[in-house]
Amino acid sequence: MLEEVSVIDQGDMIINIGPQHPSTHGVLQLVVTLNGETIKKVEPHLGYIHRSIEKMCESLSYRQFIYVTSRMDYLSSHINNHGCALCVEKGLQIELPERAKVIRVLMDELTRIASHELWWGAMAMDLGAFTPFFLAFRERETITDIMEDTCGARLTMNYIVPGGVMADLHPDFQRKVKAFIKLFREKADQYNELVTGNIIFQSRMKNVGILSKEDAISYGCTGPTARGSGVNCDIRKLYPYEIYDKLKFDEILETGCDSFSRYLVRVKEMYQSISIIEQLIDNIPEGDFQAKTKAVLKLPKGEFYTRVETARGELGVYIVSEGGTTPYRIKFRSPGFSNLSALNHMAKGGKIGDLVAMMGTLDLVIPDIDR
Amino acid sequence: MTNEELKIKLTELLSSATFEEGTDPIAIGWVNLFIAPAEWKPFAQQLRSTEGLDFDFLFCVTCIDWKTHLTMVYHLTSTKHRHTIVVKSKLDRTKPEIETVCDIWRTAEFHEREQAEMFGVNFLNHPDLRKLILTDDFEGFPLRKDFEDPINMIKL
Repeated sequence: MLEEVSVIDQGDMIINIGPQHPSTHGVLQLVVTLNGETIKKVEPHLGYIHRSIEKMCESLSYRQFIYVTSRMDYLSSHINNHGCALCVEKGLQIELPERAKVIRVLMDELTRIASHELWWGAMAMDLGAFTPFFLAFRERETITDIMEDTCGARLTMNYIVPGGVMADLHPDFQRKVKAFIKLFREKADQYNELVTGNIIFQSRMKNVGILSKEDAISYGCTGPTARGSGVNCDIRKLYPYEIYDKLKFDEILETGCDSFSRYLVRVKEMYQSISIIEQLIDNIPEGDFQAKTKAVLKLPKGEFYTRVETARGELGVYIVSEGGTTPYRIKFRSPGFSNLSALNHMAKGGKIGDLVAMMGTLDLVIPDIDR
Repeated sequence: MTNEELKIKLTELLSSATFEEGTDPIAIGWVNLFIAPAEWKPFAQQLRSTEGLDFDFLFCVTCIDWKTHLTMVYHLTSTKHRHTIVVKSKLDRTKPEIETVCDIWRTAEFHEREQAEMFGVNFLNHPDLRKLILTDDFEGFPLRKDFEDPINMIKL
């Protein structure tokens, strides 16, 4: 059954969190109805960073629109670009050189680690621990440096384009990535000791923000949010793209359905990403990094849908083409938008002090939600 | 369930549904079907609860403005059987109305609110159809093709 919309009784208090509040990780406004300390309703108000990317894309060509999509989920911009590039390639039936595929997967996984690390630091900070934030940023910096060498940018990379990748890898890429793997392996255990095993951290996370498996599916949750509730939803396993079907990695599932499970999924995913990078870093095939494509791309008339696994979940790119050089309609099914819709359900009945912790485990990136 | 079996099963549920061949070379396994807006709600309930179909995951809700009419597009998949269908429904552009499905798939609540403000689709019986992304006093439907913005540049 649907939950009631109006729940305000006498003695209830309505408080406003955000849009300019550090705990919302961006410009998200929450209107919370409280009874004492118990949450009765959480109402998200979006749109503070809405740029109507879908409308903008309608007047941009298939080469240009990639640049706008980096600005959606800026923490996994490679994977956003990847989803869009895949959709265009699918329409044009471009076959990629092996080298481009491997580079793409390497970049995706590096991005995933960078994104999860930032989340890990911010998550701990949401709960009042300040040190992890600095530690996470220190290691994340190594990845951004690697990105800067190859892509020329640190945040909005625009590196994966239809037909392959923008430029070849930097000569230092392999050396630096190997150094990062070594560094990460050393530091990650230290992280676990500092945060994961911490008793205060655990007692604030366990049995908080319960999201059952059925609810996770019904709310359209994907990514680590849903996998923390035991839903099989890793696109890399279910609908493999590029070379994911040839790689050895596990889909992390936790069945605790609480904030701590969602935390564990992300921490364990970092190790899986590292293992994927280790499998590939010495086996980057020689050859071209781009397929030969025409200067002006024209998608045939029809509809194209691709999905990729970003750090937050399933990103769907739906292009409706009329045969021209620009998409007739483009829709981004962003993972954060669906994940956020479950927040009210998760928070209801909980305490106001836990709200920020629950929201932290959803790993919200606001531009991804607003688009 | 294979494509053909799905088609047979879906025709059994709703004989007036028409099928369209997918143009997507990889997603060709996705059955595309057109239904009338009035039939959507009971049909959606059957899709969710019929044994063997079990479409429990609504992953994408969107709308397309074809200038003469609007088309609602629902992408559904089953986490149990792993089959996917795309349900489409043509709406009248001057008075677009369709029943909400947010009591069947709760993710639809947010998605429908977004489509309502962007395209002006009226989702009947939706519990809370206020503006979600745009400001409350915003006029017009920005994702429609005839939308003109006097202030911001939206076209090149």
